[in-house]
Amino acid sequence: MSRILSALAATALIGTTALVSGALPAAAEGLKIGFLATLSGPPAVLGEHMRDGFLLAVKEGGGKLGGIETDVIVVDDELKPDAALTKVQGLIERDKVDMLAGVVFSNVMMAVYKPIIESETIFVGANAGPSPIAGKGCSKYFFSAAYQNDQNHEVMGRYAAQKGYEKVVVMAPNYQAGKDAIAGFKRHYTGKIVEEIYTKLGQLDFSAELAKISEEKPDALFTFMPGGMGVNLVKQYDQAGLKESVPFLSTFTVDETTLPATKDMGVGLYSGAEWAADLDTPANKKFVASFEATYGYAPSLYAAQGYDAAQLIAGAVAMVGNASDKAALIQALESAPFDSVRGDFSFNTNHFPVQDFYLVQAVKSGDKYTTSIVEKVFDDFGDAYAGSCKM
Amino acid sequence: MSLTLLAVQTLNGLQLGILLFLVAAGLTLVFGVMDFINLAHGVQYMLGAYLAVAAFQLTGGFWSALPLALLAALACGLALEFVVFRRLYDRSHLDQVLATFGVIIFLNEAVKTIWGAAPLSVPLPALLDGSIPLTETLAYPVYRVALIGAGIAVAALLYLLVTRTRLGMLVRAGASDAEMVAALGVDIRRLFMLVFGFGAMLAGFAGILAAPIFSVEPGMGDNLLILAFVVIVIGGIGSIRGAFLSALIIGLTDTLGRSFATDLARLLLPPAAANDVGPALASMLIYVLMAAVLFVRPAGLFPVRSA
Repeated sequence: MSRILSALAATALIGTTALVSGALPAAAEGLKIGFLATLSGPPAVLGEHMRDGFLLAVKEGGGKLGGIETDVIVVDDELKPDAALTKVQGLIERDKVDMLAGVVFSNVMMAVYKPIIESETIFVGANAGPSPIAGKGCSKYFFSAAYQNDQNHEVMGRYAAQKGYEKVVVMAPNYQAGKDAIAGFKRHYTGKIVEEIYTKLGQLDFSAELAKISEEKPDALFTFMPGGMGVNLVKQYDQAGLKESVPFLSTFTVDETTLPATKDMGVGLYSGAEWAADLDTPANKKFVASFEATYGYAPSLYAAQGYDAAQLIAGAVAMVGNASDKAALIQALESAPFDSVRGDFSFNTNHFPVQDFYLVQAVKSGDKYTTSIVEKVFDDFGDAYAGSCKM
Repeated sequence: MSLTLLAVQTLNGLQLGILLFLVAAGLTLVFGVMDFINLAHGVQYMLGAYLAVAAFQLTGGFWSALPLALLAALACGLALEFVVFRRLYDRSHLDQVLATFGVIIFLNEAVKTIWGAAPLSVPLPALLDGSIPLTETLAYPVYRVALIGAGIAVAALLYLLVTRTRLGMLVRAGASDAEMVAALGVDIRRLFMLVFGFGAMLAGFAGILAAPIFSVEPGMGDNLLILAFVVIVIGGIGSIRGAFLSALIIGLTDTLGRSFATDLARLLLPPAAANDVGPALASMLIYVLMAAVLFVRPAGLFPVRSA
């Protein structure tokens, strides 16, 4: 029931922002943001978290970001690069948005990145950070409020090395992001990878793979299984009795978007992340409380990134005083003029964040399932591609 | 690669096969008896899983949720038949595909609106929670053994129903020549409705059984539907026996392929290449199998239609 209510509330919220802005013809002085997220299909939950986080910041500002009346146009990319492209072109040409933000998936990012950059529209990414746009293809118009794709995997590799795990099995879906995940893990891992398992994208049943893992008896498993695949894996990992014997190191598998489904079965599993619900900063405490009060569910890192993306825009707009002076806005954005829920946050030369990364663990507190920080793995960590970025 | 591992993987394959059979049985009946292509069959599997979640939240126990969800799945199937499918029986296959595809989109979104996009789950029943140790490192979850048992029981029941009862006789007759059955004075519409409801309930049953081990999410039936079509095409459209055997064959091929293809590829290729070739080979194995079967027996392993 609360889910339905929160869905209604979110819809009402979008409806009202649209109405309010529609009633105000003074759009020239306002700030118009096109927000692109995956809101249909199985991975819609990630997009919903990200969108709710972004809209929360606008709501907290009383419909304003940086003191300027803000109109957010939320569009669903349907996880289809071609559909995303058409919608983005509509946002730029028809709606004449001042900025674009969002994007959950890297394949969508790769499709919309070029046209947005070429239209010289400021673009604030709130999740996907594929390596081409962090390296050679970087642009002064693009800022990531999230991370570079490899980084969270690197966290787990570094942690496995620190922990002295000598034999690790790695498992990921057989597609580009899965291969990148394993490459990222290997960058800082020093032990031996005894088995590399590539599964079918969208695989439901992992019993065959789990039997193989039991037989290998590795010191740990590293896996990247986003969305429903991760839920299936976590459930079956627990049911196969592996949770107790083989540490489960993961990325984008165990978080607040999947824990409502895996519940106790996910508790105790590890993940690499740049944010966790109990990250001890005043901004984060306020964000988590306000998010739960508004939407009735626990925020995930996607929600935190969406919120930070909006706060980043708000900070820059407040500094410049308007939403039309692009050069000044870019300069303002570069100084990361906001109080990130993640604490340390500054921009690297490629406009990707330099931030801290943590080992987090799924915990149960009361009747809520959230992620909690175990230890910091990287301090002020930039990505591996900044060197090849020339702006 | 030890013998126990092979045994465990065989069990895993059987279990996947059983699940596929439960979905494919309804599909093959509806397709075979009614000549009706129901793409929405996978959605009925998803509905079963969601109804299990709802019934579990309502009753708080797996065993009380099971019959409740099963009845609800049957009701949903009949309602769909009454509202949508009934109007499609006389239409061309293309119309049926279009309309039932629409039902998929509608129900996937409906489920998302009601329950949200986040994956849900049903906990394992306490009675079946746990695993049977096979060796020091390998264990097999009790629930999956129970799932295999339940599937075999349903298969036996269906077999008796189809071969030993009057209703089964009508179903078989309908599969070979529906017009003649109607001409002999059987209310074919009612027979269709019964078959359809039963098929929907079987898909729902598969969904309910899958809810504790798989993630319950919108669109969860779409992948399974493709596999179910492969199963009925290999088995012979309309044949329960064919569906059962080919589901087991597909389950075993897919699972054993996934577990051993990379190892086999490593015998012939360098490790990096084997890592690329193995998984690719494993994921196309069942389609290669389907092509091979269709080449040798174009009507499937156990063809029903004589015409």
